[in-house]
Amino acid sequence: MGFRGFIVLVVLMGTGGSPTAAVSLKDESAHPNFVTREQKDPTVEEGRGDVMATGELNPSHFPARRAAKVVQHYLNTRYGSPYRLFGLEDVHSATAEDVADTGRRYHLQISAHEIISNRTQKCSADVFFPRGEPTQPPEVKASCEELLQNTTAQEEALYQRYKEGHSLLSAQYIPDSQGHIEPDVMPFWHLSIVASSFIMLHESTENTLYNMAQVAQITQLETERKELKFDSHMLLHDMVSQEILHWKLLFTWSPAEGIKVQQMQQIPKPNH
Amino acid sequence: MLEVSGLQHLIHLYCMQIYSWMDTLVAQYPNLVTKEEIGKSYENRPMYVLKFSTGGANRPAIWIDTGIHSREWVSPATGLWTANKIASDFGSDTSLTSLLNTMDIYLLILANPDGYVYTHTNDRMWRKTRSINSGSSCRGVDPNRNWDAGFGGPGASTSPCSDSYHGPFAHSEIEVKNVVDLIKSHGNFKSFISVHAYSQLLMYPYGYTCADVADKAELDSLGREAAQKLTSLYGTYYKVGNICNIIYPASGGSIDWSYDSGIKYSFAFELRDTGYYGFLLPANQIIPTASETWLALKHILEYVRDHPY
Repeated sequence: MGFRGFIVLVVLMGTGGSPTAAVSLKDESAHPNFVTREQKDPTVEEGRGDVMATGELNPSHFPARRAAKVVQHYLNTRYGSPYRLFGLEDVHSATAEDVADTGRRYHLQISAHEIISNRTQKCSADVFFPRGEPTQPPEVKASCEELLQNTTAQEEALYQRYKEGHSLLSAQYIPDSQGHIEPDVMPFWHLSIVASSFIMLHESTENTLYNMAQVAQITQLETERKELKFDSHMLLHDMVSQEILHWKLLFTWSPAEGIKVQQMQQIPKPNH
Repeated sequence: MLEVSGLQHLIHLYCMQIYSWMDTLVAQYPNLVTKEEIGKSYENRPMYVLKFSTGGANRPAIWIDTGIHSREWVSPATGLWTANKIASDFGSDTSLTSLLNTMDIYLLILANPDGYVYTHTNDRMWRKTRSINSGSSCRGVDPNRNWDAGFGGPGASTSPCSDSYHGPFAHSEIEVKNVVDLIKSHGNFKSFISVHAYSQLLMYPYGYTCADVADKAELDSLGREAAQKLTSLYGTYYKVGNICNIIYPASGGSIDWSYDSGIKYSFAFELRDTGYYGFLLPANQIIPTASETWLALKHILEYVRDHPY
């Protein structure tokens, strides 16, 4: 109901030596090879590490699950908010096919769990992982069966409180080491996961599985603009490499505009 | 200080709190539980295993370790709750009592004490040991890539700065060597279970190859039954399969080593959750996690008891 679907990313190139990511995410995948084709080889092949499976995939095995995780990140970038957040509930079925030499495309039937309202819905999705260097982000198309719960009132209330409030949000280590989150910080944890989903979506490949590990720091910045503005340091966990990745993320949010990433930049993890 | 009996709620404890709790458990159940030092960690901390035994000499035994990856806090928390559960249910639970009348249980709650301390003092996200890597400013080896099972193969890094660094050679890590030495010198372990977090998975070997183990059918069926028992408590859903297919190829893992050493019933748990809290699982989920996991563990233990080999 009235949720703004199109999210524009405006990227400012950072100064200094650290690598920055120029991000341009398509809202709907318009890749020229996203055409339904007859599957050439419908036989089942088990994943053997470096040889990725094609055809009908075992939905419990990692190739399907990694592709499905990308759909989770996509849903969060598309529909996520401080009061709406998706988790991957299950993969029901999956197929994969090579698309000439351009990449691999997965077709998935999954269940997505909206965590805050505790509702699960089935989704059908396509994930295309392009090949080649430099690595390009995956392209996702997804449609889910249910309409989204209306969260406008809660979002407006949160927005007003922090737009008009006397103090700007500043918090670190969310959740804390014990997994605890203060109740009035919860919406910003969810907002941070959604904002991080832009990074996770952008960085995902067939050899990654990202989850948000922790918000190291989030600070609300003064701004003349309507949107709330945040500077943040996010910790992401890649299950495949087991690494913790550190990212700086500058983003804005308002109920009307949704989340807009202004700058995202990976920073080196502290050496110890 | 925690009361040993009837742990009403748990928080994630410090290393020293866990160690002193072990002493109170032993003091409360002296006819069942002993604490054995199996060696020291890299930073010279004692590694203590709790042995649950009603006697005998070198009875067939079950091995359970928790906390090998230090940031996975719900794992040692589950280990602690499980130790309490075994001790307090002995005598009243017929099945557990019959099991302990013929088998021993060894429970290593902190398999990586240095790493665990480091997650409290410096870096909550630390995974590895804290050994110094010569020629590198990065410390630590992934203790679950360091076992002599396909060592140096896929899914393990050669870089000391990596969170999956396999180390200079198999069993280079004293924490791993201590366990290997105990298992080998004991010689009569029938099951080896390693507890990790997160992802909600119950896995059997191998990680170092995606080829099936000879006992795949039996391990898969046992794993599925155990996972169903787990689910029955709160509806928490676990996936079951071999490490290589379910999560990733990963060489040098403990349950691959234990299986290849002849310990047939080798399993690895990845506990709650599936990524929402991830490593930072809140303390209020410790007891639910441990309780549901116990149903799976107990099922496996009973099966091991009933299928001697």
